[in-house]
Order: sequence, then C-alpha cells, then structure tokens
Amino acid sequence: MRARVLLSLLAVALVAAPFVVSGYLVSVLIVALYFAYVGQAWNIMMGFAGQLSLGHALYVGLGAYTAAALFVQSGVPPWLGLIAAIIVAMAFAAAIGFLAFRFGISGVYFALLTIAFAEFTRIGFDHFGWVGASAGLFLPVSQRSGSDLLALRGTPTMFYYVILALAAGAFALSRWLLTSRIGFYWMAIREDQDAAQALGIDTFRYKLAAVVVSAAMTSIAGVFFAFYYNNLFPEQIFSIGRSIEIILGPIIGGLGTLFGPVLGAFVLQLLAEALREGVSALGLEIPGLTQVFYGVCLLVVVMFLPNGVWPPIARRLRL
Amino acid sequence: MTALLAVEGISKRFRGLKAVDDVSFTVPKGGIVALIGPNGAGKTTTFNLIAGVYAPDTGRIVLDGEDITSLRPDRACHAGIGRTFQIVKPFGAMTVLENVVVGALRRSADVAAARSRAAELLERVGLADKAAMPAQGLTLPEKKRLETARALATEPKILLLDEVMAGLRPTEIDRMVETFRALNRETGIAILLTEHVMRAVMALSDRIVVLHHGRKICEGSPEQVARNEAVLESYLGTEAVS
Ligand SMILES: Nc1ncnc2c1ncn2[C@@H]1O[C@H](COP(=O)(O)OP(=O)(O)OP(=O)(O)O)[C@@H](O)[C@H]1O
Ligand SMILES: [Mg+2]
Repeated sequence: MRARVLLSLLAVALVAAPFVVSGYLVSVLIVALYFAYVGQAWNIMMGFAGQLSLGHALYVGLGAYTAAALFVQSGVPPWLGLIAAIIVAMAFAAAIGFLAFRFGISGVYFALLTIAFAEFTRIGFDHFGWVGASAGLFLPVSQRSGSDLLALRGTPTMFYYVILALAAGAFALSRWLLTSRIGFYWMAIREDQDAAQALGIDTFRYKLAAVVVSAAMTSIAGVFFAFYYNNLFPEQIFSIGRSIEIILGPIIGGLGTLFGPVLGAFVLQLLAEALREGVSALGLEIPGLTQVFYGVCLLVVVMFLPNGVWPPIARRLRL
Repeated sequence: MTALLAVEGISKRFRGLKAVDDVSFTVPKGGIVALIGPNGAGKTTTFNLIAGVYAPDTGRIVLDGEDITSLRPDRACHAGIGRTFQIVKPFGAMTVLENVVVGALRRSADVAAARSRAAELLERVGLADKAAMPAQGLTLPEKKRLETARALATEPKILLLDEVMAGLRPTEIDRMVETFRALNRETGIAILLTEHVMRAVMALSDRIVVLHHGRKICEGSPEQVARNEAVLESYLGTEAVS
C-alpha cells in the first residue's frame, strides 16, 4: 500500500519533470533514468539469480552497434533495429551462459569470463570495418523538426519520456519476475545452488534464462544510447569502466531489491552532477572527479550500509 | 510389501577411499528405514548417491520401478526423491515461508497456491510462527525442520532425512518422532533416515541398515540390530542405547 503511494508520487514527479525543470536538468535526469534502467537489467542477473557480470557493457555495445549500424548502413528503422539488437545480445548471452554453466564456471571465474567477452568484443569491433572500427560510428544528426518516436529522432524531452518508459517497464518486469516462480527459483539458486537443485530446479536452465533476459533488456539501453548520443566508439562503449558504472547503482541502492537500482542511480547521478556543478562554479576543473566520487560512494555504502541504501529506508517506511 | 526404493550393489570411491562399498537395501512403500553407523561410515554418501549428487561407480538405484541411477539431483527430485542436508543449506536471505514456497513450486507454478501449501507444511513441522523471518535467523534444529518442510513441499515419494534430530533435547526428539510418524501414517510417505540419536532410530524405524567403513554389516528389525554382535562392537557399544 505504502509502496503503491510512493510509486505513484514518484511516477507523477517524473512525468511532470520536463514541464517544471530546466532543459539542463532534463538531460541529467535522462542519464539517471538510463542508469536506473540498465541497473535494473543487471540486477536481474546478479541481484536475483546471483550471477555476477562485470561485462554488461558488452550488451549495451552490441545493442547500440546493431541498431545503429543497421540504421546507418541500410536505413533500417530503430524499432526494427531494436529487435535485431535484442536477438544479437541474447545470442551472445546464451553462448556465454552456455559455456560458463555447462562447464561449471561460477563466482569470480564467471565474472572474469564476462569481462573477457566484453574485451574480446571490444577488440573485435575495433577492427570491424562495417561499423567504422576504432574510428567510430556516427548517426546523422538531421535538423529536428519535431519528434519522431518511431525513428528515435527528436528533442531531449522525447528521449526523456522514452527512457522513463523503459525504466518504468524494467521496474514492472522485474517486479513481475520476482513474484513469479522464476523469481523464486532465481533467488533459491542465488542462496544455495545445491539446495535449489535438490528441490527440482534445473539450475543450468534458470541461470541461462537470467543471463539472457538481463542481456536482452540491457541491449535495449544500448539502442537508446546510440540514438541519443549519435556516436559510438568501441573503446568507450565496451570498456570495463562502463560495465562498472552499470553495477554501481544497484549495489549502492540495494542488490536484489526493486527500488535499489532506481534509488542508486538517482543518488549517484544527481550527487555526481551536483558535485561537478559545484566544482566548476568554483572555477575548477578536476579530471576523473566523477570516478573518485563513485569510489567514495561505494566505499561509504559498503562500510556502513552493506545491503545498500534502500533496505534501511524500506524498513523506516515500513514497506 | 513391494519395494519403493531399491538400492542394488552401489559403490562410490573418493580417490582411494571406498566411501560406499557394494551396498544393497530396499525401502518398502510406506516404510521407515534407518541407515546407521559410526562417523564416516558412508551414510551421507549413500544419500548423495540416491539423490544424484554423485553417480555411483557400480550398482543401480530404482525408485518405484524407475531406474534413477546417476540422475541429476533436480531429475531425482522430479522422480520423487526429497532430501535434507546434514550440513544445512537454507536459502538464508529468503523468509522461512519463501524457502518452502520454492519447494512447493515444484508442484504448482501458481505462487499463491504454493504459499498456502507452504504455510500448511510449516504448521506441520512447527515453524508457523517463524514464517516471516529470514531463514538465516533460525537455530540449527529449526533449520533442519525447515529443510524437512522444504523437501516435503516437493511431494516426494520418499523423504531422505540426514540427521535432522541432531542437537535436539530428548523431549524435542520425541516430538519430532511423533511428527514423522504422523506424516508417514497420514500421507503414506516412505522415509529413509540417518541418525545418531538411537532413541529416535529405535522409535521410528521398521528396519535398520547398519553401515561400517562403507559396507553393510547388518540389517534387520530394531530388536535384531540391537542384539547383533558386530553392530554392538562397531557402533552401538560406543553410543548409549536408550
Ligand atoms: N566429496 C568427498 N570427497 C572425498 N571424500 C569424501 C567426500 N564425501 C565423503 N567423503 C568421505 O567418505 C567417507 C564417508 O563419509 P560420509 O559423509 O558418507 O559418512 P557418514 O556416515 O555420513 O558420517 P557422519 O556420521 O559423520 O555424517 C568419509 O571418510 C568421508 O571423509
Ligand atoms: Mg553424514
């Protein structure tokens, strides 16, 4: 009940935001919602099913490149490219999951495997001429005469509502998954794989499902990224730094919770932005400041709120 | 009585060690059989072979006419094996009720139905008042009961209980014995248990199988086993028969 009220208030605030706040703040909110969305997607794999991916930038990059390259090279509209992007990401995820879980790779070794795949793919794309290789892929930025949702061309406000809808959808999907049989099975696997198996759970299948679902969702963020930023470089999009950025929100907000990824993303992005603003208001330019700030946030949370920011708030609100 | 579970000449080596050595026994439909023996006798390994954790090096395991030898643990569960772990494996961060829901989802994909089934089972094992607590907060004996409820929720044909009464006081043991008797009487579920608490073994089992160094050294009714020379020497002599 309280959760409903809270959620409704949040929804109203977010829907109204572009009418109230400045264009600059809208762009900050877009980034926060973007991280809420990818955090939610990553949380399904790690928070729900307990499979640590440190290479989620792989799926962002695959989604971004698939849709963008199809658009640039063949004029395929983004909504069609989106479907292709999801299929490509799911295929990669299935291959990685199959390899790892068939050969019993788990824990740290699994995490290393996810990094390795992201890195291999980055190197591959660096030499992949059709998508511009290391020189990058650029989407034509035409004059924006209004917003065309199907073509994903338009004003920041349009992108704001797109990412808001995605974040809301990811939240709803996560909630539904978590309260279904698959969610219980994922949590059981996360808590104790042997016990889960003894209760009849095909752990291989369910772990694979977690990876594939998470990858599919993440690739959608990639498509958004490509059409919002209009330029893609393998060095950036597949980098391990990007993978780490994805996982900070859910860790700080609360792993395995529904609100954690959202809260974590907002806390991190809004605070980081405030910090950048504050520093530049002082006339300073400190490179790497955001990364240091992320590090400090992570340290504080790990030391004082090992379950993340959300669980104690949830208790306080008696949710 | 027809055999529900037939274990036929199973063996398992760990490197040089013969943990289970050519062991055969049966559990009849609706029967309660105890597997006893000193530490390291091979009881847990036998359970693990039946439940599919390891594949036996030799022998065959048949459940209700179906050959389940070397089936993966989840397949063994589907075939009708329910088990607890000697070293408990609760889903710590999940609530006590949710732990049992996971088991109940084996029979119904409907979470609401699984919840009510799980609540019934918690009532049966006496954990109803702890339903909303995270499982990691339970005491060890409570965790063992939770494992029992979780296994029961999958509606197995046979329940394998690995020392679920360890650490209980005598009055609690009597209560657990009564719980299992009632369960067996009312649902007809077969039980294979290992237990060092002889009081429980004697009160519960129709038959006892005694293992020593991986080999079966004796089998019979509780009275027969209690009188057996070899058993007295290897095992019971060191434990109080009460
Ligand atoms: N996975 C394993 N790898 C190597 N050795 C093992 C393994 N599991 C069991 N063993 C060995 O097999 C033998 C039988 O062990 P098991 O756990 O089956 O005994 P048990 O009868 O259950 O004993 P307890 O009463 O102490 O529980 C022991 O010597 C044990 O050390
Ligand atoms: Mg044992």
